[in-house]
Amino acid sequence: MAGEREWRQAELRATRDLTPDIRLFEIAPAGEFVPPAPGSHINVAVQIGERPDVRSYSIVGPCADGLYRIAVKLLPLSRGGSAHMWRLKPGARLSVTTPGNHFPLALHRPDYLLVAGGIGITPIYTMALALAREGARMRLLYGCRTPRDAAFAEELRAVLGDRLSLAFSQDGGRLDLASAIASLAPGGELYVCGPIGLLEEAKRTWRDSGRPVDGLRFETFGNSGRFASETFTVRIPRLGLEIAVPPNRTMLDALEEAGVAMISDCRRGECGLCALRILDTDGIVDHRDVFFSEEEKAENAKLCTCVSRVAGGSITVDTPDRPAPW
Amino acid sequence: MMAGMRPFPLDAWYAAAWTHEIGRDLSARTICDKDVVLFRKLDGEVAALEDACWHRLLPLSLGRLEGDQVVCGYHGLVFNAAGRCTYMPAQKTINPSACVRSYPVVEKHRLVWIWPGDPALADPAKVPDFHWNDGTEWVGEGGTFYSLQCDYRLVIDNLMDLTHETYVHAGSIGDEAITSAPFEVTHTARTATVTRWMIDIEPPPFWAKQLGRPGHHVDRWQIIYFQAPSTIVGDVGVAVTGTGAPQGDRSQGVNGAFLAAITPERETSCHYFWNFVRTFRRDDEQLTRDIQRAHVNEGKGVYDQDHAVLEAQQKAIARHPRMPFYNLNIDAGALWARRLIDDMLVAEQGPAARHMEAAE
Repeated sequence: MAGEREWRQAELRATRDLTPDIRLFEIAPAGEFVPPAPGSHINVAVQIGERPDVRSYSIVGPCADGLYRIAVKLLPLSRGGSAHMWRLKPGARLSVTTPGNHFPLALHRPDYLLVAGGIGITPIYTMALALAREGARMRLLYGCRTPRDAAFAEELRAVLGDRLSLAFSQDGGRLDLASAIASLAPGGELYVCGPIGLLEEAKRTWRDSGRPVDGLRFETFGNSGRFASETFTVRIPRLGLEIAVPPNRTMLDALEEAGVAMISDCRRGECGLCALRILDTDGIVDHRDVFFSEEEKAENAKLCTCVSRVAGGSITVDTPDRPAPW
Repeated sequence: MMAGMRPFPLDAWYAAAWTHEIGRDLSARTICDKDVVLFRKLDGEVAALEDACWHRLLPLSLGRLEGDQVVCGYHGLVFNAAGRCTYMPAQKTINPSACVRSYPVVEKHRLVWIWPGDPALADPAKVPDFHWNDGTEWVGEGGTFYSLQCDYRLVIDNLMDLTHETYVHAGSIGDEAITSAPFEVTHTARTATVTRWMIDIEPPPFWAKQLGRPGHHVDRWQIIYFQAPSTIVGDVGVAVTGTGAPQGDRSQGVNGAFLAAITPERETSCHYFWNFVRTFRRDDEQLTRDIQRAHVNEGKGVYDQDHAVLEAQQKAIARHPRMPFYNLNIDAGALWARRLIDDMLVAEQGPAARHMEAAE
């Protein structure tokens, strides 16, 4: 959705595995190089089965050498974008956009707290390097499953020293957001990228700290929930439909393919336009959006169909369709 | 939108004038990028012709009406109400191909409606339901913003989301209750409806005055009904809280309706036919005039406020041609309206006509 950007032909120059399931891609775009600001992403045209589609990936590092670097985590249950990327070999032709930015880093703040979970490190890593170069006051909290999964940890340790705190969930480690926020200087900002659970925790902790809402910056990627993605069934009594949503498809995509008229805009859990009313569920609604508040999510009255899913059961929803008045 | 694609369907009835505006003279309008001349025939029916002489394209509206025929003001060619040439100067015969296009016209609901598309499809039964404007059950006198300098869809956006009242019309009909009340959007294949109820609120100044029940809280409703491609009726009002308005009993309230028939003029301009009608104090002509003036009054009325916002918005869009719109939850009604318009565009122009944001 954002800004002035153009599609460019590009070549995949090289790949390098950062962890067992995170691969770095170096991409040389044709034409004039548009340098990325921290927090930027590029869009990459991908092929999902028979369908062309587009994926957004955060740019990694300053890219001063005229190559865009992105890091892609291979997700067996993703919608297929990561699998496509992982099949690419150096020399492959790509279509990419010039950078866009939904997650810009504000300059000259008195203090910064950066928080990353898993592959959410990609924009945060770039921000950390930029802030370190500026000599800004900052800390980085970085949570992963195991030390093996901690992409960029060595590079970050070298630059940040003890300003980097790592936590590994396999060892029971947790990021101490509350105390890190408490020690943030007045006027300091928090930047978070990671799975929805981490975002929700950051939002709650930030709010509880009494800090101004605009000081919390975050970026979402709508494919991470509290539960693994699995097939679930959507029932729409009004339309007499029963639709299966496979793990690698969104509910919104599945509904649209089944001919259900929907409106949507961001398709990543931010705008709330694709939300439908929940009539019933025998599973757990895995809310993966940032549109509804925690209280609204607990009520389970509606869900954002572009990202949210159901774990361990089916769901019955209503659509805004009504019979014609004449 | 791809180049060459129209943002408005042609196969639809569009308001071209109030019935009282079309008489025994020639009235020019541009409707969906088509220049049209309108006049009333001796039998009282309205005719609409292409406003360009077959010969040298001078607007026929610069000529004169003679009986039921239009005489071109340049070389005197004469066209009848069906658009056929009946006289050519300095020759005994008439070139058989000489004619200008005539457009299907219907007069209904105190408006003249014109069909700019395929005349074979012009079914009078498809004129939008605008009966609120008939001047019978509901009364009110409206007007027209001719050549409002914005895409007709910006007016639709404006009316399908009344949270703007809180900011554009603070002090008259706007207040915080609108932005905090939930709303529901429903749709059919050709209509979309936004329903918002504000229960047990302080009435905003305009409605407090109309209701005349000081000290009472009210239930306020806004039920906005869109008919594709560009007609909107907003059923609005307030009733004393607890008297059953949400359940259907509006007897302890006052009920109005804002009416909008929005006609594309060109891609970024439109004619906005508006009215505000009511079912209370229907014989009070002073109130009719007051309400009209509250809407349009030399820049001070509520629609004047919208007028300024809409034209400034269109200018900003032109200044930022590649900037997208972001859509919020409050835009759900407008998005359904635009989706129904897009469905009509696809039916006329093929799939490429569907309004696409940047592929992302």
